[in-house]
Amino acid sequence: MSPRLLKKALLRLGFWCLIGVLLLYAVFPFYYAIVTSLKPSSALFEVSYWIHNPDFSNYAAVLHQASFLRAIGNSLVVALCVVTLALFLSLTAAYALGRVKFRGRGTVLMMVLGVSMFPQVAVLSGLFEVIRALGLYNTSWALILSYTIFTLPFTVWVLTTFMGQLPHELEEAAIMDGASPWVTLTRVLLPLLWPALVTTGLLAFIAAWNEFLFALTFTLTDTQRTVPVAIALISGGSPHELPWGLLMAASVLVTVPLVILVLIFQRRIVSGLTAGALKG
Amino acid sequence: MIKLKLDNVNKQLGGARILRDVSLEIAAGEFVVFVGPSGCGKSTLLRLIAGLDSICGGDLLIDGRRVNDLEPRERGVGMVFQSYALYPHMSVYDNISFGLKLAKTEKTSLRERVLKTAQILQLDKLLQRKPKELSGGQRQRVAMGRAMAREPDILLFDEPLSNLDASLRVQMRNEIARLHDRLGSTMIYVTHDQVEAMTLADKIVVLNGGRVEQVGSPRELYERPASRFVAGFLGSPRMNFLPVRLQTPGETSLVNTLVWGITSLPFDSSNLAAGTQLTLGIRPEHVSLKAAEGTAGVVVTAVEYLGSETYVHLDTRLDEPLICRCEVSAGWQAGDRVELLLDIDNLHLFDADGAALSRHPHAIETLPDGVPLRSARASAL
Amino acid sequence: MSVSSTHAPCEELLLTRETPVQRRRVRAAWLFLTPMLLCLALVAAWPLLRTFWFSLTDANLADTGGGTFIGFSNYLFHNGSSWSGILVDPQWWNAVRNTLHFTVVSVGLEVVLGLLVALLLNIKFTGRSLVRALILIPWAIPTIVSAKIWSWMLNDQFGIINHLMLSLGLIDAPLAWTADADLSMWAVIIVDVWKTVPFVTLLMLAALQMLPNDCYEAARVDGIHPLKVFWRVTLPLLMPALLVAAIFRILDSLRVFDVIYVLTSNSSSTMSMSVYARQHLVEFQDVGYGSAASTLLFLVVAVIALLYLYLGRRQLEVRS
Repeated sequence: MSPRLLKKALLRLGFWCLIGVLLLYAVFPFYYAIVTSLKPSSALFEVSYWIHNPDFSNYAAVLHQASFLRAIGNSLVVALCVVTLALFLSLTAAYALGRVKFRGRGTVLMMVLGVSMFPQVAVLSGLFEVIRALGLYNTSWALILSYTIFTLPFTVWVLTTFMGQLPHELEEAAIMDGASPWVTLTRVLLPLLWPALVTTGLLAFIAAWNEFLFALTFTLTDTQRTVPVAIALISGGSPHELPWGLLMAASVLVTVPLVILVLIFQRRIVSGLTAGALKG
Repeated sequence: MIKLKLDNVNKQLGGARILRDVSLEIAAGEFVVFVGPSGCGKSTLLRLIAGLDSICGGDLLIDGRRVNDLEPRERGVGMVFQSYALYPHMSVYDNISFGLKLAKTEKTSLRERVLKTAQILQLDKLLQRKPKELSGGQRQRVAMGRAMAREPDILLFDEPLSNLDASLRVQMRNEIARLHDRLGSTMIYVTHDQVEAMTLADKIVVLNGGRVEQVGSPRELYERPASRFVAGFLGSPRMNFLPVRLQTPGETSLVNTLVWGITSLPFDSSNLAAGTQLTLGIRPEHVSLKAAEGTAGVVVTAVEYLGSETYVHLDTRLDEPLICRCEVSAGWQAGDRVELLLDIDNLHLFDADGAALSRHPHAIETLPDGVPLRSARASAL
Repeated sequence: MSVSSTHAPCEELLLTRETPVQRRRVRAAWLFLTPMLLCLALVAAWPLLRTFWFSLTDANLADTGGGTFIGFSNYLFHNGSSWSGILVDPQWWNAVRNTLHFTVVSVGLEVVLGLLVALLLNIKFTGRSLVRALILIPWAIPTIVSAKIWSWMLNDQFGIINHLMLSLGLIDAPLAWTADADLSMWAVIIVDVWKTVPFVTLLMLAALQMLPNDCYEAARVDGIHPLKVFWRVTLPLLMPALLVAAIFRILDSLRVFDVIYVLTSNSSSTMSMSVYARQHLVEFQDVGYGSAASTLLFLVVAVIALLYLYLGRRQLEVRS
């Protein structure tokens, strides 16, 4: 083998090794969670890298906990409502910001961007008061409302980017046809924005599904908790004896749907994330 | 009958003046083409008429009614966009009927009108297709159908053929001409393509730098351009421009052509001073060539063969060669020495500002009969 | 005022005169914005203002409206013999130090690792899109879940990390990652880096793919060493995107809460400003004091955000 070919082969080998390390780093923790979750509690404390005799008792235990199922249901309701609300509010806003030139547009955009940078804890006490005043404390509505603080700026920003990319002649054609802004938005632009809506909705869904601080603060009882809080509060007999198998089973259960979504919609997610960040 | 009237229309964007004091009258049923180089304001003018852009000053009247503040749908105009701008998610039928639906047209008459429009444009068999399933020419026709469906009195076209390839463009051009004959509606058409302008227009409006340079029939504009700009803009190859100096002003001018020496031309220069720099315009087809003897005449520097004709480039010792349109059979070749014969009736003379000097009405009689300008002294340069 | 020329009014009219279409669109634009603006006013602007107000009162959680105005006493107060208030609370300054420590180290690591991974994934190879999808997994996993998974992996007795390091001979005795005051911050950083590198990588990849190709071809034709190309061409061109990513991450890190709360609970060696503020707000029910801490955190974040906006605008100006 000539030195040049050897060098090339070594480079290739090194490259694939790097890819391997990268994949291991990215995927191993999740894989290890699966491995742990499939162990009976007796085998829990022996480290093993492979799945031997999968044991589903942890999953059975988790799924028998009414509070955990409740939490999944709550999380779903909250996330779906937040997505719907945020998409509806941001769709009209994105039309205004992305397609109409008006004075104050820049200010509104800056405000939206500013809100997305808020530390959540900065509004915690004020929001707590608002929620209690509206009688929403310890309800899903408290979370749906409060989650708009981080989903809305994001969806507005990303949809505005997508909206701005649609050809302006399309809208002028609609104007010539006598369409009002509302008709233009709903009957001409909206049907073309579906891909963007899916992307943005997905990102908002993930953000809402994963939120912890508000969920921890604005809900009190097991029946109202969302998944992240439920998992954080799973505890054993003593603080040092967490039921790790159960915990990992719960973790895997709430994460698998997200992982599947990410794998399916990878391209869309990437375009949404980068549209929000780079083109702003 | 005046269909549309522009009265001192102005448009400004930021600090830039896009249109300056544009006044224009367009008769009902007329086919008017706005033509000019890019950035001359022709598209803006069309958009002002459509109601997509605001008029900054002046009035726009349709049927004698001031429409500055009316919305496009109230103006009775339809528009065909450069990129077609078809609604990608709607079928051809829905594209055409969208405007009618919004106008709350009654169902059966809506259907009737869509079908009629489709029939005129030969779209009957494509009504259920989506735009992406159509060819370029078909999309173009759908765009026209959408503009026509509401039966507007005025149809606006914004460079509608620029996205088509050359052969399709000729075909669609003919279709638009036929459509105009059939519908009899007023059409305003923007293009930068002079062939489209010449072939389609009843009336051409040449715009330059936001001003109207000249309005007239294609023939008027070609044969009697009011300015050097119009003269140079229409015609291919372009009109030849030669610098000349006014020797003796008068009803017929004596000019020093530098190339041919002092020559009498049938233009009225009574109000100009002797010594003024003028420009002589000669269309390539208004020069004929004759073989020169010995070292007389000028040298052919290049010959472009186009099949039906040839363009002969002549070295006149100016910055640009003089181009002359010849028959192929003449067989000129680079290096030949030729004498030039100019068609006096069809020359053009422009003053320093580019405005055409008026032709002396009796020019032909006052010039010695049948004496073409000879190139005899050209070689003496 | 005299009207001297027909053109003069045009300049004034330009600002006020629009077509009916444009007028209608602007009106519609504001109408369309109203629901979003109202919503943000309700959940962001008003609560923020209330937080500012609370920080000047001695309100408590049971009755937030019942607090009385006490000026800046929550921040700093002199009772005759000694100072009290957040600004002299060693716990607060500890939280500030922790937050800054966390931000600097984790953002630094994330940007460097993200850039390296992006460079690796910018090479075309079979299966690239699958790899790109797989490295997104840490990003999609809820922070709480990743904190739990890692705290299991970092478990002092049964954790795989200790097991691995012991068997490789890197350490002699198991490390108490989440309990040891010296190590717990590193545990937090490890988890945060693991979770957010994919995000930085994605931004970097997108930026890399926007770079002009011909620069590289020219460099390759000229035979310039790839490392030199990276330092001289790639990195300067990537700088804007790198800065954006870093700012996003810095703003996120400064308000860090979830990871720390779950991984190390209320341990003072990792307590961040957000954890400190929430502890006072919710656990101690001292809304006034907690709000003061929140306000300070908000101010820090706001200053950095404004700096970013200012720099961003400056950069735009330089470019144009």
